Amino acid sequence: MLNIDKKVENGTVTFALEGRLDTVSAPEFEKMLKSSLDGVTDLVLDFEKLEYISSAGLRAVLSAHKIMTRQGSMKVLHVNETIMEIFDVTGFVDILTIA
Amino acid sequence: MKELTVKAEIENIETVTDQVNSWLEEIGCPKKKQMEIDIVIDEIFSNISKYAYEPETGMVTVRLEAGKDPGVAMLVFRDQGKQYDPLHVKEPDITLSADKRPVGGLGIFLVKKIMDEVRYEYKDGHNVLYLKKYL
Repeated sequence: MLNIDKKVENGTVTFALEGRLDTVSAPEFEKMLKSSLDGVTDLVLDFEKLEYISSAGLRAVLSAHKIMTRQGSMKVLHVNETIMEIFDVTGFVDILTIA
Repeated sequence: MKELTVKAEIENIETVTDQVNSWLEEIGCPKKKQMEIDIVIDEIFSNISKYAYEPETGMVTVRLEAGKDPGVAMLVFRDQGKQYDPLHVKEPDITLSADKRPVGGLGIFLVKKIMDEVRYEYKDGHNVLYLKKYL
């Protein structure tokens, strides 16, 4: 289950996720990301209400990162302990900007 | 007996996760470890759903063995799909930069990192995956 809240403010697009970013919800999120990033220079993913992320979710985040590297920047906010550990063991901690 | 048999379809991930979580709560599993096990369920169940019976579909049994050894939970996945050992998959190189990362391999890698012991066997026409976690 995933709720996605999208905000656009001063050219920055913020996606606040609530629930789980997993096999079931990641495709929808990835679709939404791809259709939202044209001309965007700053992307923020707010994980404050995200419980956990599986490899399907990691792939969606990585694909957003690859797009934003070409056109601007991306950062991930408010990562909980479980997700931080996932980022750590998979090396995503070295790829993403986590604040 | 903490066991559930469902069709190996992505739509059933939530059913299985909810059931395993309620079993884990019964044995006092900490919330953080429950979430880690949820990630493992997502990885394994989605792989079985996508590949085990392709192009058809089939059943998968998920069992939680707990209570005998306090502080230990053993999650077992059993299916009758194509013989396949998911543990032999080559680990991804996690030092690679974003643009060099291949798409696959992360799921099983995460399972091995989260669980304390993992074991596979092919027995009587069934793939059986044993995943143990110390709670």
